[in-house]
Amino acid sequence: MANPSTTKETAPPQPVTTMSVLAPAIGWLIPGAGHLIQKRWIRGLLIMGSIAIMFLLGLAMQGRVYRPNGGDILDILGFVGDVGAGGLYIVTRALDLGQGAIAHATADYGTKYIIVAGLLNFICAADAYHIAIGKKP
Amino acid sequence: MNLQLSHFSSAVLFAVFASVVFGITQRSTSREQIRYGLYCFAMFVGGVFVAGWVMWMLRR
Repeated sequence: MANPSTTKETAPPQPVTTMSVLAPAIGWLIPGAGHLIQKRWIRGLLIMGSIAIMFLLGLAMQGRVYRPNGGDILDILGFVGDVGAGGLYIVTRALDLGQGAIAHATADYGTKYIIVAGLLNFICAADAYHIAIGKKP
Repeated sequence: MNLQLSHFSSAVLFAVFASVVFGITQRSTSREQIRYGLYCFAMFVGGVFVAGWVMWMLRR
């Protein structure tokens, strides 16, 4: 007889659908788009606005955009955060913005804004995935 | 462009955007999302004031 305190109910495996792959990928590339393609219009627009404005404010505050080959472990972590912004990061690197010559005290906020915008976008991509598999309304 | 915000306005703007995303992603219904977003914002801004007073006391 199974002991109810030790047995775990395992959730049935979620089927892989096109949307469950597409939503987080598009959501990473364009912040909020993972929600928009699933017709979560208000959520998608709020996410898009929040992450894009946060990233752009970071750039306007002379924040630094990390490169993949920073060398230092903290630079690598900064890159992981930055790359979460997806298309915003790619465009910024293509335009060679975010050189990060910190000239005033609050410029460091800019760097943190850019990193956090990317990290928040990772959360949003995961949320878009949860909506796609039906785990969240 | 060189935007120079104060420490406080930087922290409040950060709180606004982070709270919006936390509210949307961490709760399911619209009502819960708004409540959780406001809760996060209050915690962020409250934390700023607490940290400010702690630094003020340490400086004395």
